[in-house]
Amino acid sequence: MRLHKIIFWSMPRRGRPPIEGDMLQGTLDVLVLKTLALGPAHGHTVAHAIEHRSEDVLQVEHGSLYPALHRLEDRGWIASFWGTSEKNRRARYYRLTPKGRKQLEAQTNRWDAIVRAVNRILRPASE
Amino acid sequence: MGFTRFFRRRYWDEERARELDSYLAEEIADNLARGMPLDAARTAAYRKLGNPTRIREEIYTMNSIGFVETIWQDLRYGARLLRRNPTFAIVAILTLALGTGANTAIFQLVDAIRLRTLPVEHPQQLAEVRIVKAPNGRTGQFNGRWPMLSYPLYLKIKEQQQVFTDVAAWGSASFDLAPGGEERPAQAMWVSGNFFDVLGVRAAAGRLFGPADDVKGCAPSAVLGHAFWQREYAGDPSIVGRTILLDGHRFDVIGVSAREFYGVDVGRAFDVAVPICVEPLFRASSGLDKPDLWFLGGIGRLKPGVTSDQASAQLAGISNGILEATVSSRYIAADAKSYREMVIGARPAASGISGLRRSYGDSLNILLGVTALVLLIACANLANLMLARATAREREVAVRLAIGASRRRIIRQMLSESLLIAAIGAAAGILISQWFSRSLIAFLNSDTDRLFVDLAPDWRVFSFTAAVAIAACLVFGLAPAIRATRTSLGAAMKAGGRGSTDGRERFGVRRALVVVQVALSLVLLVGALLFARSLRNLTTLDPGFRQDGVLTAGLDLRKAKIPEASLAAVTQQIVERVRAVPGVRTVAQTFTTPVGGNFWNDRLIVGGAVQKEAVNFNLVGPGYFEALGIRIAAGRDFGPGDTPQSPKVAIVSESFARKFFPGRDTVGQTFQIETPVGEPRPVYQIIGIASDTKYTDLREPFRPLVHLGMTQDEHPGPFLQLVIRTDTVSSATTAALTRAITEVNPVIGIHYQAVRTQIEQSLSRERLMATLSGFFGGLAVLIATIGLYGVMSYMVTRRRVEIGVRMALGADARSVVRMVVREAGVLLLAGLLVGGVLSVYAARTANTFLYGLQPGDPATLAMAMAALASVTLLASWIPATRASRVQPTAALREE
Repeated sequence: MRLHKIIFWSMPRRGRPPIEGDMLQGTLDVLVLKTLALGPAHGHTVAHAIEHRSEDVLQVEHGSLYPALHRLEDRGWIASFWGTSEKNRRARYYRLTPKGRKQLEAQTNRWDAIVRAVNRILRPASE
Repeated sequence: MGFTRFFRRRYWDEERARELDSYLAEEIADNLARGMPLDAARTAAYRKLGNPTRIREEIYTMNSIGFVETIWQDLRYGARLLRRNPTFAIVAILTLALGTGANTAIFQLVDAIRLRTLPVEHPQQLAEVRIVKAPNGRTGQFNGRWPMLSYPLYLKIKEQQQVFTDVAAWGSASFDLAPGGEERPAQAMWVSGNFFDVLGVRAAAGRLFGPADDVKGCAPSAVLGHAFWQREYAGDPSIVGRTILLDGHRFDVIGVSAREFYGVDVGRAFDVAVPICVEPLFRASSGLDKPDLWFLGGIGRLKPGVTSDQASAQLAGISNGILEATVSSRYIAADAKSYREMVIGARPAASGISGLRRSYGDSLNILLGVTALVLLIACANLANLMLARATAREREVAVRLAIGASRRRIIRQMLSESLLIAAIGAAAGILISQWFSRSLIAFLNSDTDRLFVDLAPDWRVFSFTAAVAIAACLVFGLAPAIRATRTSLGAAMKAGGRGSTDGRERFGVRRALVVVQVALSLVLLVGALLFARSLRNLTTLDPGFRQDGVLTAGLDLRKAKIPEASLAAVTQQIVERVRAVPGVRTVAQTFTTPVGGNFWNDRLIVGGAVQKEAVNFNLVGPGYFEALGIRIAAGRDFGPGDTPQSPKVAIVSESFARKFFPGRDTVGQTFQIETPVGEPRPVYQIIGIASDTKYTDLREPFRPLVHLGMTQDEHPGPFLQLVIRTDTVSSATTAALTRAITEVNPVIGIHYQAVRTQIEQSLSRERLMATLSGFFGGLAVLIATIGLYGVMSYMVTRRRVEIGVRMALGADARSVVRMVVREAGVLLLAGLLVGGVLSVYAARTANTFLYGLQPGDPATLAMAMAALASVTLLASWIPATRASRVQPTAALREE
């Protein structure tokens, strides 16, 4: 199994070609939403959760998570509050809003559709 | 991105910073738990997160609206620059405030008088019904401010037209509110019963007229105007059902019209409206059946889908029949013929009907042009100031460009500074304009001619000011901003304002701006001088009669109900009483005073032939010529021997004698008046020649004038006009006169006017133009002078080193002064040349306002040029002497 390393950007950096933003950005959003669907969590937890649950395939640059959180909150898909972390530190917690839950469903369906479509192209005969 | 986030983006930034800190703390703790040393744990955590500042920046930009953000930045930067240079800011804002203020004020008047629609239902459906063509004029008696139709004509039109849902009529009148003594005039309106219905005006109290109120022999009823109701009765609703006294007649007040409704005559507000059917109460012989009494205006509401042009065509089609049916029996054949030649038509009337518009429309256009020029000059001046500032900021701009700012971004930044100035200037300008437009109306207002102009600024005024401000901002801000960014970076960085001479090209724009300023201010100055000299010509001309110390008294005897037979005796008694009042030197009866507003003209029959041109008439009593200082050049004055029974006599003017009896002895000649059918045509014998006097207007040339004897008048009316020559004209005099007259009969209504005031009022338009154009001309010259001064001192500063070198090489102070003044002189000369040509063209548009001089009057042009030249050369003298005091050593050391 090859290790895919995906870095989420929003700004092109010198020397590397910019990665097409839209789909990937949307992907990070849906991952965040999925993670939060399991229960409220703060940024640190979300970042590590995505890493672990993808068995380290998706290595999120943790910093890029925060603009994503900000954007999702701005759209009203998640809400935030200050709470106390497991290690007894103050941390900003995020939770999924009902609107966000609907979005998660829609995004998941969309993702499934894309995957099916891409698969159909990549392995036309094997099925 | 929501706006709430935009306004709280600082808060959010802090919030995110805290959140990132909390992440780092968690991660470091995790790393420590894995057994890393503290240093490594921290580094690893930071690596995992990425650059926190960049993350915060990214979130911050997400929170901001890019355009708004930078505009706001630019404005704040601009404000800081202005604060640092308060003199510049004050000068710039003040000039702009004056410029936009003047423009807005004049536009406000244009808007109020010309553009606004009547405050009634669907004003676009309204059309005025009137005589649109009268190739040979109209004959008859004309009453009121808008005498377009007679009552019989109106009735026929109303009955036969098919293009309006209905046609209403209105006319203006003035009624006395006082029971007797000095008059309290109310502006009144005759209205047809359907008037308020046609316009769709609602009542503020009580009810308005309906068709039932306007029938033959109706009971006197009145509707009050809202403002009058507030003023006279403090808005008391119980006035409905009470009565009001109009010219001594009791009228039932049935209601008050809506607050915003002032009538259809823009520029006036009616105090009280009465139905046309009450007219016979006010006139000895009613005019309602006389088709040659013109006193009404017509206004109709077009049927849906009918345009005013279509309506006009239909009316023109039925004109012949209507006119044929209404020819006055009093018309002689020629008058009847020209009556039948007229055409009835319709004109759009959404914005009402206005005599004020007619008499001041051109003035307002000219004033709008004048204020626009002032603004242009102010903008040129500001552009110059901005250019100077841009040059001073050359290095700053160069640095910005060098480190990667785009030109557009810098232009935008500099423009927003201009925008700030323009916005503040416009805001101040609106304040100034409110005061200014109100003073203008006050200037035109008089007791006898009360104006009403709704000056509440509307969206049109505000958008006009905004457009003016933006245009001004672009004019004075854009060019300097573009120029500033066009510098060659290297040169700007190196030179840093220390070059020994400045590029000629760079000065070019500034010179051109000065030339423009000089040229435009010359135009304004020439205009101002033309208007001022016209006014002077009018006020100093000899009108042929005495203007000071003469008072006219208008007496209304109708309320006294004196039988016609004894009117002459009562009149005589009044004249005797007035003559006995201390301070009164002479008193005489007259039909009209010169330039008094009334006029009477008729055609003459001389030697059996009807003369083509009508001549003017007056009816005067003994002592009239003496009271007004009119000379009897030959023959005699009227005397006690001239009675209704004696042969008819006349005194004619010198122009009359020259025109009708050239080279002959006029005294002793005879003529007849072409009187209406059915009236006698006595033969008048000329007994004297009086010197020429102006008749209705100071501007007109002396025309033939006939004075008939008041004492021979067989049908004296209930109106009496007296000219009274007194030692002093004061309120004490008029009070004494009122006492004397009311002793004869207490219900006589009286109003006074000084002849001098009357004449001044007849020149109010000329005075307005002269005063305003003088003010603006002065302002323009001042601004242009400041402009030239600015450019010259700037040039002297920039060329300090050069001047220093010249002086070191032997130039003396005088030659330096000469050099600088010559520079200024060249600019001045160019400006005067361009301005001279422009002003001759511009003055032509104002030709109708001039009196006694031509638009291209060379003396005026020379005067304006000389004045402008001396002021501007004086302004350049100061920087020139400063230049001559340059110490060569000091200047050179700077290099």
